Amino acid sequence: MTVLTVAEHRRGELRPVSLELLSVGRLLAEETGDEHHTVVIGGDVETFGRKLDREGVETVYTVDEGEEFNHDVYVQAVTQLAEALDPSLVVMPNTVNGLDYAPAVASDLGLPLVTDVVDVDYGERLTATRELYGSKTETTIDVHAEAAALTVRPGEWPAAEGVNGSSVEPFEVDVDESAVRSTVTGFEEVGGGDVDITDADVLVSVGRGIGEEENLDLVFDLAEALDATVSASRPLIDNGWLEKDRQVGQSGKVVTPDVYIAVGISGAVQHVAGMKGADTIVAINTDPNAPIFDIADYGIVDDLFDVVPALIEEFGG
Amino acid sequence: MKILVTVKQVAVVDDEFEIDGLGIDDRYVTHDLNEWDEYAVEEAVQIQEAADEDVEVVTVTVGPEESEETIRQALAKGADRAVRVWDDTLVEAGLLDPATKARVVEAVAAEEDPDLVLTGVQSADDGFGATGVTLAERLGFEWAAVVNDLELDREAGVAAVHRELEGGIEELADVQLPAVLTIQTGINDPRYASLRGIRQAQSKELAVKSLEDVGLSPADIESPLEQTSLYEPTSESDATVFEGSAEETAGELAAVLREAGVAN
Ligand SMILES: Cc1cc2nc3c(=O)[nH]c(=O)nc-3n(C[C@H](O)[C@H](O)[C@H](O)COP(=O)(O)OP(=O)(O)OC[C@H]3O[C@@H](n4cnc5c(N)ncnc54)[C@H](O)[C@@H]3O)c2cc1C
Repeated sequence: MTVLTVAEHRRGELRPVSLELLSVGRLLAEETGDEHHTVVIGGDVETFGRKLDREGVETVYTVDEGEEFNHDVYVQAVTQLAEALDPSLVVMPNTVNGLDYAPAVASDLGLPLVTDVVDVDYGERLTATRELYGSKTETTIDVHAEAAALTVRPGEWPAAEGVNGSSVEPFEVDVDESAVRSTVTGFEEVGGGDVDITDADVLVSVGRGIGEEENLDLVFDLAEALDATVSASRPLIDNGWLEKDRQVGQSGKVVTPDVYIAVGISGAVQHVAGMKGADTIVAINTDPNAPIFDIADYGIVDDLFDVVPALIEEFGG
Repeated sequence: MKILVTVKQVAVVDDEFEIDGLGIDDRYVTHDLNEWDEYAVEEAVQIQEAADEDVEVVTVTVGPEESEETIRQALAKGADRAVRVWDDTLVEAGLLDPATKARVVEAVAAEEDPDLVLTGVQSADDGFGATGVTLAERLGFEWAAVVNDLELDREAGVAAVHRELEGGIEELADVQLPAVLTIQTGINDPRYASLRGIRQAQSKELAVKSLEDVGLSPADIESPLEQTSLYEPTSESDATVFEGSAEETAGELAAVLREAGVAN
C-alpha cells in the first residue's frame, strides 16, 4: 500500500501547500508503514519534480498534461495513478483548486472523503480532526474504510525539508478528451482601488460585527486617530461597503503590519490566512470564544461600540 | 430551463455554549439559511428574471422539519417550489458526509432533471465544502467550484464562470452544461424577502419526501465516517485580555499601542 499526495502549482510556481502535504504524507506513511509517493500534474513538471524531492518521498510522479490546473485532467490523472498504486490514503490540498477536484476523485475511486483536516492520526484506522461551527469546536472523525481520501488545511503542517534522492518518474495518463468539458480561458487579478493595505504599518480591520455601513465612520475615525489604514474581512466587501483591495484573507490580501486591530472579526480560517503574520494582533470582540483570540496578543471582550469610542478618546480623536 | 438550488439550514452557535455529547446543547443553537446558499438562491432567481425563456427554480434540502422555516425564506426570495428529503434513517445516520448528502440530492436531481444546479461553496457549520462537486461527479455533470461570476450562454450550452482563487486571482473558465456550480459569497447582492414574497411563499409547494420516495434505501446512505468526539479546542492563545469597563480596557490597550509606536 502507499500514501499518495498531490502537489499544487499556479502560474509557474509550486504552491507552499505542496511541501506541507509532503509532511502529512510522510507522517501517515510512517504510521501506516506504507511508501509515500507524490504526484505533480501539469506545468513545468521537471522543475516541480525536483523541488518535490524531499525526505520520506519514495517517488515523485510527473504527469505532463497541460500548463495550468484543469480539474477534468486532474481527476483523470489522480484516479489513474491511484488505480496503479492502490493507495490507502490520497492526500490533497484543501485549497480552492483542491476543492474543485478532490471530491470528484474520491467519488470516482469510491473512497470516503474528509475535507479541511487539521490533524491526522493513524492507529487501526484513519482518525481525522476537523473544525465544526466556524472553529468554535473541534471534532474527531473515524474513517471506517480500508482506504480514504482527505484534503488538508494549508498552513497546519511545516514544509517538508531535505533533499532525498527520490526517483522522479513520468506517469503517462490516458486523457479521455471527451471527459474534458471545462476549459480555463485565463486569469484576472482583482483589486484596482488606490489603497495599499499591504504597505500599512498599522491596520484597523473591521468585520461583520460593525453591523451597518453607517457605522464604518467609527472605524475610519479610529484609523485617523491612530494614523492607520482601514482594512476589512470579506463580508463587508461582499456587501459592497468597501473596495475589494481592502479585503484581508485567503482570497484577499496577505498583510504583515506591525499592529493589526481586528474589530468585530471572528477570525475564520480564510481571514486568518491573510493576517497571522502581523507582529502584534489586537482583537475587540464580544464573543470570548471567537477564534481570533487564539492568535491575538491582546484582547478586549466587549462591545466595539463601547470600546472603539473610548479608544478614539484616548488618542484625542 | 430548470435550476436546482441546494438550500441548507445551518446551526449557529451562541457566544457561550455547552457541549452535550457529540453536539451542542440545543439551548445554545439557533438556525439560519446557510450564507453561501443565500447567494446561490439569489443567483438562480436573477437568472430567472433575466431569461427570455421560462426558468423554474426549485430548491432541494436534506434536512428535518425545522428547516422549513429556512426553505420558506428561499421561496420568499423567489424560488418557485421546494423539495425536502428526510426520514428516520437519515436521523440515525448521524454525521452526513458529503457523499451521503450528494447521494440524496442526486436522487432528487434525477427526478427533476435540471439544466443547472447551484450549491453554496460550503456550509457554515460543518464546512465540508465538497457536496457540490461530489454531486456533479455522481450526476455526470460538469462543474466549477467557488464561482463568483457567472454568465450563461444557453445557445452554446456553456456557463462562463470566474473561480475565485487565493490571493486576489480569479480563474476564467468555460463549463459545459448541464453543470453544478458552487457559489461564492459576493457573486451578487442577495435581496431581502419582500412582504409580498413572504406571503406568497406560504402557498408555494414544499414537497416532503422520504428516502424511499426518491428511490433510495437505507443501504444507500451508510456513511463510513463516524464522529467520535466534539470538544472546545484547547486555546493556544497567550493573549493578554484586558478586563474592566470600556474606558479601562481602552486605556490599557492605548498604553500598549503607544508602546508599540502607534500614533506617536
Ligand atoms: C473560499 C473562501 C474564501 C474566503 N476568503 C476570505 C477572505 O479572503 N477574507 C475573509 O475575511 N473571509 C474570507 N472568507 C469568509 C470567511 O469564511 C468568513 O465568512 C469571514 O471571514 C467572516 O467575517 P467576519 O469575521 O467579519 O464575520 P463573522 O464571522 O460574522 O464575525 C463577526 C464577529 O463580530 C463579533 N461582533 C458582533 N457584534 C459585535 C460588537 N458589537 N462588538 C464586538 N464584536 C462584535 C461577533 O462576535 C463575531 O465574532 C472566505 C470563505 C471561503 C469559503
